[in-house]
Amino acid sequence: MKRTVALLMENQPGALSRVVGLFSQRGYNIESLIVAATEDPTLSRLTMTTSGDQKVIEQITKQLNKLIDVVKVLDLGESDYVERELLLVKFSHGSINTEVIKELNGEIIFENNELLNIQFVGTSKELDQVLKDLESSNPLEIVRTGASGISSNLKTLTI
Amino acid sequence: MSKDQISGADALMRSLHEEGVDIIFGYPGGAALHIYDAIFNQQHIEHILVRHEQGAVHAADGYARSSGKPGVAIVTSGPGATNAITGLATAFMDSTPVVVISGQVKSNLIGTDSFQETDMIGVSRPIVKHSFLVQRAEDIPSIIKKAFHIATTGRPGPVVIDVPKDFTDPEYKFDFDYPKDVDIRSYKPVKEGHSGQIKRAVKLLLEAKKPVIYSGGGVIQDNASSQLTNLAKLLDFPVTNTLMGLGAYPGTDQKFLGMLGMHGTYEANMAMHNCDLILAVGARFDDRITNNPDKFSLSAKKIHIDVDPASLSKIIDIDVPVVGSAKECLDQIIEELGVQSHKIDHDKLKPWHEEIGAWKKNHGLNHNLLGQKPTGGKILPQQVIQSLYKETKGEAFITSDVGQHQMFAAQYYFFDKPRRWINSGGLGTMGFGLPSAMGVQFAFPESDVACVTGEGSIQMCIQELSTCLQYGLPIKIINLNNAALGMVKQWQDMNYGGRHSSSTYEDSLPDFVALTESYGHVGIKVKKHEDLESAMKECFALKDKLVFLDVDVDPNEHVYPMLEAGMSMEDMHLSKDIKTW
Repeated sequence: MKRTVALLMENQPGALSRVVGLFSQRGYNIESLIVAATEDPTLSRLTMTTSGDQKVIEQITKQLNKLIDVVKVLDLGESDYVERELLLVKFSHGSINTEVIKELNGEIIFENNELLNIQFVGTSKELDQVLKDLESSNPLEIVRTGASGISSNLKTLTI
Repeated sequence: MSKDQISGADALMRSLHEEGVDIIFGYPGGAALHIYDAIFNQQHIEHILVRHEQGAVHAADGYARSSGKPGVAIVTSGPGATNAITGLATAFMDSTPVVVISGQVKSNLIGTDSFQETDMIGVSRPIVKHSFLVQRAEDIPSIIKKAFHIATTGRPGPVVIDVPKDFTDPEYKFDFDYPKDVDIRSYKPVKEGHSGQIKRAVKLLLEAKKPVIYSGGGVIQDNASSQLTNLAKLLDFPVTNTLMGLGAYPGTDQKFLGMLGMHGTYEANMAMHNCDLILAVGARFDDRITNNPDKFSLSAKKIHIDVDPASLSKIIDIDVPVVGSAKECLDQIIEELGVQSHKIDHDKLKPWHEEIGAWKKNHGLNHNLLGQKPTGGKILPQQVIQSLYKETKGEAFITSDVGQHQMFAAQYYFFDKPRRWINSGGLGTMGFGLPSAMGVQFAFPESDVACVTGEGSIQMCIQELSTCLQYGLPIKIINLNNAALGMVKQWQDMNYGGRHSSSTYEDSLPDFVALTESYGHVGIKVKKHEDLESAMKECFALKDKLVFLDVDVDPNEHVYPMLEAGMSMEDMHLSKDIKTW
């Protein structure tokens, strides 16, 4: 089972390595990971997708909470939430039809006579489908950011 | 009013003094030299020079475990730091409050592969509760304050403070002001148990017909032994202790089942398997207890009290989890039982006590081996522990190393008080026994301190005999010498057709008596059963001397009972010939 967990941690050197280290140390998976400073410069927000049954997810959130640098953990999958991921794809010029890009809700963000860089935004599942649809156009390079998430109720991950 | 202007090194020592530290164990080196000069220039804290940094951390750990106060070790960068790692991992696995201060190369050299540089924060990360890399000299006092708070509260554990040399420079001075309070927004350990959970726990306790209290190191760490004992008496429940929990409940009490688990007593393991309720306190259902978790105590309801939420339902599903300190939660339970005391019914437990009594009678440990002449001619290791128990009247602090001798000590020495049994239960660190005994002896200079060891383990930190001479530590080393890595050999006997791969070294052992004497101590060799008790007496009569009692024991002896891997807690080997399944 795939799960998205978000957390706030001290924006300090070493904090991220403790979070990431925990996963390898205890044999948990990280499928994707996003981290950036928040509007409060002392805090970073991290979103990760991981997999495991309910028991594993419970252990992951408990172990994360134990880290001194971790201020708050929210298992987004516990209630309703939305996630979005950014996908950047490079094509050589002429290998992809602009109609296809439009159909897939892509946006050209860079273009010259050699190549095109296109951006897609969606859930990880939607982007999986986009990539399948793009396969025949022979993309030169694909970059995914991993999913970020926010709960779609009044429960907030703030301190 | 102007404050004191002092250096980072002096601030470090002043901060330790503010924390009530009066002893630190360590080893100097380049990156720690400013700190060592500050140690020289102050009077409050005694520094104990060990012979290897592993010994420093184990000594600090032994000090912490026996006294209940945090232990402090100081090492230099690079090899000093890496040598401390085994000590840190040992403290981490047994959740003991140890603070390790490591020197680091100057901050501008970090990351350049400079001389004696190691990323101590990175190397120690998975085996510390937390760590700090000092980034300004002025931060040293607040970091020390936080480090001690983190090490000693919640589920205790080791904390590393890595101090780049330039931040202890005597030329750079700043205003010293030690913080009075500490507040870490992301760290608020829970003490009191949830009242609803306490009520649910009490309901189960009152309903149980076949209960067991299973307590671990958390009860000792939290100084909750009297609460545990009172609760057990109030309910008339039998108690078993883990290897880490021995002494939490009086070892000589009638209702004590002995240790449980891999080498637990028959009655403790049978009670765990057949009970209808387990009250687990400050224990963590590790693999040496549960055996196969899928077959673990299937008919029992489980209450688990632990200060670490991550310990609850980690291995075994718990019916009533209670997050909180052992002491507070047990007090809450006792208080609630006071309200419902009319419901306490000792009579309904009688059949259960009878069942346990029969298990004990049929397959309990024989605690009267001492007087019997061993049939094989050689002294039995169990007899040595019984002799030690008799000679010290059960009052000594016993440290141990790791292996058969550790299990024999845990099985045959009765601990009536907490903090008297000091061993590396979680990590299983050979070499822990002697240096940890040093820490205990410093904490309790007037008490008998014995290190039960084997000729394998003792050689892993034997260099500390020199430290013991320097500081006049009259530790008694009880060496169960079977001329082999006994526990390895036992597994090879049982699981590998008796092929003793790299577990023997009979012809290359040192003369331990001569070795000890060369370090300026007393060595006594015992070969015959009839000499054992008099030698033990002589050993403890030499009050001011370290004595190394080297006892040749039967090399063929195995530790029993022993759980059969992959099966339940009632599946035990009881001897070389008898199995319960």
